[in-house]
Formats: sequence, C-alpha cells, structure tokens
Amino acid sequence: MSREMNIDKSKMTVVEGSYAVAHSVKVCKPNVISAYPITPQTHIVEDLSQFMADGEIPNCEYLNVESEFSALSALVGSAAVGARCYSATTSQGLELMHEVLFNVSGMRLPVVMTVTNRAVSAPISIWNDQQDSISQRDTGWIQMHAENIQEISDMTAQAYKISEDKDIMMPSMVCMDGFILSHVYEPLVLLEQDITDEFLPRYEPEYTLDPKNPLSFGAFADPNYYTEFRYMQQQAMERSLKKIEDVAEEFYDMYGRYFGGLIDEYQTEDADIILMAMGSIVGTIKDVVDKLRENNVKVGLLKVRTFRPFPAEAITNVIKDAKVVVVLDKNISLGLNEGALFTETKSVLYNTDIRVPTIGYMIGHGGRDIKMDTIERIIDEATEVMKTGIKKESQFVDVREDLL
Amino acid sequence: MKEIRIHGRGGQGSVTAAELLAVAAFADGKFSQAFPAFGVERRGAPVQAFTRMDDTQIRLRSQIYEPDFVIVQDPTLVEVVDVASGLKDDGMLIINSDFDADKFNFDTKAKIMTVNATKIALDIIGRPIVNTVLLGAFAGATGEIEPESIMEAVKERFPGKIGERNAEAIMKAYEMMEANK
Repeated sequence: MSREMNIDKSKMTVVEGSYAVAHSVKVCKPNVISAYPITPQTHIVEDLSQFMADGEIPNCEYLNVESEFSALSALVGSAAVGARCYSATTSQGLELMHEVLFNVSGMRLPVVMTVTNRAVSAPISIWNDQQDSISQRDTGWIQMHAENIQEISDMTAQAYKISEDKDIMMPSMVCMDGFILSHVYEPLVLLEQDITDEFLPRYEPEYTLDPKNPLSFGAFADPNYYTEFRYMQQQAMERSLKKIEDVAEEFYDMYGRYFGGLIDEYQTEDADIILMAMGSIVGTIKDVVDKLRENNVKVGLLKVRTFRPFPAEAITNVIKDAKVVVVLDKNISLGLNEGALFTETKSVLYNTDIRVPTIGYMIGHGGRDIKMDTIERIIDEATEVMKTGIKKESQFVDVREDLL
Repeated sequence: MKEIRIHGRGGQGSVTAAELLAVAAFADGKFSQAFPAFGVERRGAPVQAFTRMDDTQIRLRSQIYEPDFVIVQDPTLVEVVDVASGLKDDGMLIINSDFDADKFNFDTKAKIMTVNATKIALDIIGRPIVNTVLLGAFAGATGEIEPESIMEAVKERFPGKIGERNAEAIMKAYEMMEANK
C-alpha cells in the first residue's frame, strides 16, 4: 500500500535522474565500475567518470572497455575476487551482454546494473520502451522498475543489499525509463552517505577467487550436476521475494522513503478496475486515477516494481476482487501479440479460483508519448469489458492507420 | 500546475533553460520537473523543452500539449513550428524579437509579449545566447517566479564571470517586462 512519506523538502535538490543514479552508485562505494557509453545511459557513466577523476570514489577502478560484452565480462572476474561491481547500459548494449548475463547469474555474482530502458533496433530508436530488459527476463537477474528518480536512486542501494545477501547472491538489474527518467530534472533527496554506510555493509562474499585458496567459478557441469545449479538459482529467486520486501521495509525504517517492495498499490482497495504497469508510466496513471476518482470511477493502480522474481502471490492478492484487470506493457512478444506482464499475470491466475477478466495493451513503444487521455480511453474500454465481457484480449495502443 | 514549453534551435540552450527554470522554481518553494522533447538534436534544428511547476510533487510524465506559457527563443521558428499549439487562452507567449507583439499573428487568444533578448544578451553577456535572458523576461512578464531564484540557479550552473553577466542580463529583461506588464 502506498505510504505517506514526510520527506524533508530542505533535504531535496533538483538534479538530473542520471546524476541521482551516479550519486547513489558513489555512495554505495563500488570497487569496480565497468561500462560502455550508450544513449540514454551516457550521463550516468559521464557523471561517474567525473567522480572518479575528482577522487570522490576511493578504492575503485573504472574500466574503459571496448564494448558492453567486455564491460560485463570484466565484472565477472572482478566480482569473483570479491569486488562490489557496477555497470549501466541499455537497448543494444544490454542485448550484446546477453551471453554474459547468464554467466554473472550462473556464477552467483551480485553485480548491480542500471538499465535506462530503451527500444531495440531495427529500426533504430533511441527512445524509451522496456523491450530491452524484458527480453533478458530469463537470464537469472533480479529485475526491478522505478517510477521516478527518487525511487531509482534508492533502489540502487536496495539492489546491492538484496543481491549481496548470502541467501540470495543473484545480480540485479535496476531499470529506469530512458530519457523520461534518465534526463528529467526533478527534486529528490540524494542518497545519504551516513545512513547508507549503516544500511549497506561492506561486501564480504563467502567464496572468492584466491590463488592461496584455489576455487573454480562457472566451471564445467555435466548432466549429473547442471540441473542442480539451475534449481538452486530458482530457489534463490524464491528467497529473494521475501528479501526484496524486507529490504524495502528496512529502507523505510532508516531513510523514511518507501516506493513498494515487490509491488505497490494506489487506490486499489475498492477498485473495480485495476491497472497494472511498470516504470514511469505509473506516475501518469496515478494522476488519471485521481482525476477519475473525482467522477466516482472506481479505478486503482497496481504498480509492479519487481518483474523478476515474478511476484505472483502479491499480484493475485491485489487483483482477486477486481472486476477487470488492465495490464499495460511497453514491450511485445512478437507472434503472441501480448506484452510480458500481461502473459504472466494471466498465467498466475489460471490455476486459482479467481476469474477476473484480464486485458492487455501494448503502449509507448519506441518512445511514443503516453498522454493522460490515452489512459482514460483505455479505462473507458475496461468499463465496457466490465459490462459486456472481453471483445479484444490484447492490442496495440494508438496504431497510426495512416502509416500502414 | 503551470506548464511551460520552450521552443528553440539545437545549440540555443532550450534544455538548459528548462532545467534552470525547474531549479529556480524549487528554490521558490514549488515542486518542479524539466525535460527535453527527446530527439536526435543537432545544431540549428527545432527543439522543445518542458518545465512543470506545482505546489505538490509532480507525477505526470507526458509531454506538454496545452501549456500555460510558451517561450520562443528564435523568431525564425514561427515559420516552421506551430509554437502556439495548444496554448491556453489565458496563457502567454513570450518571443525573442525586436518587433512589437502586434507584428505576430498566432492562432491563439493568449497574450503575446516580445522582448529583444538578443540585444540584451549582446549588450551584457557579449554573445547572442538568449536562454537565460528569456527566463528573466518570463519572470517579469508572468510573475510566476522570483528573478533572484533564476539568477541564483544560473550562477550556480555557470560560476564566475559568465554567471554574473547572465544574472545581470536576467535582471535587465525582468525589469523591462515588469514595466511592460
């Protein structure tokens, strides 16, 4: 449930989203940063380079590499010797990392990486959607999405705490919508160094590469062993469900800020229509909810903050009493004509007694701007579904017929 | 909530102006938000940037289609861009021009104001960079923001002499528009 936050305005400052993230990374005291610049992630790594040049991140190595593949590969070695590691990327850069993403999670290395979500080529688009990180769904990374720059800033510290927990040891992808959040200036409380020093202790892994005590990471596993590695990763993902909630609570206690753990809710208690979404669109939806509530439309928002592990139980608990569920996706599985959040939401409902009509909209692809009236129109259609049932299960929003 | 749309050409500092306005608005005690119309900007191409100001935290993430105020940095833009698009009837359009406002014919009921920001910039800053000057004009014409807050934001972004000169130009534009209100 959304919580009142009494954030002291005098502690807030207006900065760019990318700067806020870079600042958080600095405060988390990484030992190795390895990244390759790519729009719209560039400002984050520029700001981190500046911090390095100014000597503001002690005990840290900043690696200039020749590709995203190298960027993440370098972190595999660094994390294996016990370094706290950071990278940032987006779109094609993230897709180029695909192979290495599996290596990081398979070796149980708690790397944290910011993804400034961007559409993928072709055609080339530098603008926002979430196809890039959603396409990495099955790589064994925890994946979380932020609604504003305060949340992505805070989420960065939370991600280290979750990933590095010895019961978890899984990498985290912390996602912010490219440009919409990476390039926005708005007020926030920059992550506090003193509280973070207490919140996030030094990274002390149980196992490290060490010539004096030789070990292997990611070595050969024949058919007698491979299944158990995957099983244990899945077990860790399941444990992280609780860990993510616990860390959000602990963060709230120490910093006074809370944006949800696995999910967050807005006006859902008595809602007939519940919208589900991830990332910056959540803010626009909240404004629409407030507007429609004034006209007694019983609509609410379920913000999915954590996409992996998938919060099946948390989601079903919220939507079980709704009359219609509307899932908004900034991605598409081509050939299925559904976004990932929609497909997965339906799948968790199937073997339950919950029989709520669930419809999906694919929206905001390649940076197509999402206006309040578009959301209102979708809610109008959901109201129709409530009366007459589902006519169209999943569809694109705002397709320009004149271009087809 | 007040919404401001800034039109300029790539290289004229429209995005910087939007950001400085957000910083200044927050210093004035408001919540604020600034962002560019994300494009593949190149020097000289038409660009837009947006600022929102409100008494409460701003959650809306869409671009601005029905602004309360429009700032036009370059008068040649009016021939290629519909700068008055969606402008509210009780809003205002401020344009950098040495012509009087009645020389412009926009499809809007909103008030049109002109300011020769290029001249102010050349006289005081020594370069025809008008983004900060127009913020001063905005403060004077609308009363939405304290000129001191803009001056402080600019001086923080551009320390030293450049910031001082910009601040002086901001005050000049502010006073001119205040007098014309």
